[in-house]
Amino acid sequence: MERRVVDLWVGLFVVAGIVALMILALKVGNFGAYSPKNVYVVSAHFDNIGGLKEQAPVRSSGVVVGRVSGIRFDTKKFDAEVTITMDGKFKFPSDTTAAILTSGILGENYVGLEAGGGDNNLKQGDEIKLTQSAVVLEKIISQFLYSKAQEAPDKAKE
Amino acid sequence: MVDGLLDWFRLIGGRTINALWRIGSGTRFLFLILLNSGLSFRRFGLTIRKIFFSGVLSVIIIVVSGLFVGMVLALQGYETLQVYGSEEKLGVLVALSLLRELGPVVSALLFASRAGSAITAEIGLMKATEQLLAMDIMAVNPIGRVVAPHFWGGVISMPILATIFSAMGIFGAYLIGVVLIGVDGGAFWSQMQDAVDFRYDIVNSLIKSFVFGVAVTAIATFEGFDAAPTAEGVSGATARTVVTSSLVILALDLMLTGFMMRGWN
Repeated sequence: MERRVVDLWVGLFVVAGIVALMILALKVGNFGAYSPKNVYVVSAHFDNIGGLKEQAPVRSSGVVVGRVSGIRFDTKKFDAEVTITMDGKFKFPSDTTAAILTSGILGENYVGLEAGGGDNNLKQGDEIKLTQSAVVLEKIISQFLYSKAQEAPDKAKE
Repeated sequence: MVDGLLDWFRLIGGRTINALWRIGSGTRFLFLILLNSGLSFRRFGLTIRKIFFSGVLSVIIIVVSGLFVGMVLALQGYETLQVYGSEEKLGVLVALSLLRELGPVVSALLFASRAGSAITAEIGLMKATEQLLAMDIMAVNPIGRVVAPHFWGGVISMPILATIFSAMGIFGAYLIGVVLIGVDGGAFWSQMQDAVDFRYDIVNSLIKSFVFGVAVTAIATFEGFDAAPTAEGVSGATARTVVTSSLVILALDLMLTGFMMRGWN
């Protein structure tokens, strides 16, 4: 086959491969997804983060307003310190509450923010003081069983 | 009785030595290709012809199989997922299984039977008709001039083909899942984007297909170069190419997946 024809087809082939890769990266993958330029970083301490992972979404009223950028164990307070990178577009009062919630029954964990009523906004490096730990299913079940077990002898007496 | 037993041992020994000999000479052949691949990049036109030969000519089968594999995955996945009321996860299921496993593996299997066998047949026939010998006599290194361009053409084509396969598969799943069955399109894409990681899923998929490309073309060129210069020899070598490279792809896939698994270390 003529050289020019071969070159043309190979060029089309390579471009098709690159286009497929771009589709996979942008449409299917999370490459370049949600990375705002103007950000501020805040931290929060939790007794228990459950199954929270880095890059988990931070939501307020269900809207993604930031990402979990780091999780580490605080050796002084013996709890988990979660670093949150917030989108600069969203300002929250300094008395905002952070809670670790679960999307759906078996879904993944995310950080939910509930705005407070303070006058000052959270700034770079601030700490969210009001936090609520992840709900651990086993603890709830054991509490439930414990209370049931306490009820049972009362009923037996009646 | 004793003689029969000894013959049996002799058979095993002979086969083992033969297999080891083939692995060894195949590996040496791969290094020989790498040493002699200067020409394939200095005269890149040679390699481009081979990309056409093994890549462009395989596009049709890759596109069609990718589309159908994606559509079947969507149908089967929907059947199971709807039991749990989580058919929005269909996109995640299809995208992850295609990118992590089926894209690289199935396209490499197709590549081995479509392009690998053709490479073996071409080189084997060149050997049988003494064209390689003629090149040697004219002081042209047949490995640099014929084998290495084939090798690099295949190695470059394979990741492109696997990427096209995965993209077509996801498109096929979209057609069945969203257009035909009526899964919510927004959830289909957004859950997929949430679960698919660029580094861990897409880049690993490319690495896998690159490794498979090296394995398949190395086996195909070796079998062709090693074929007995007869019609029977060439047909046997072509069959061996398909069998050996399919098995090697599956074995390599298990190893690579083991290395790439998150949460192991």
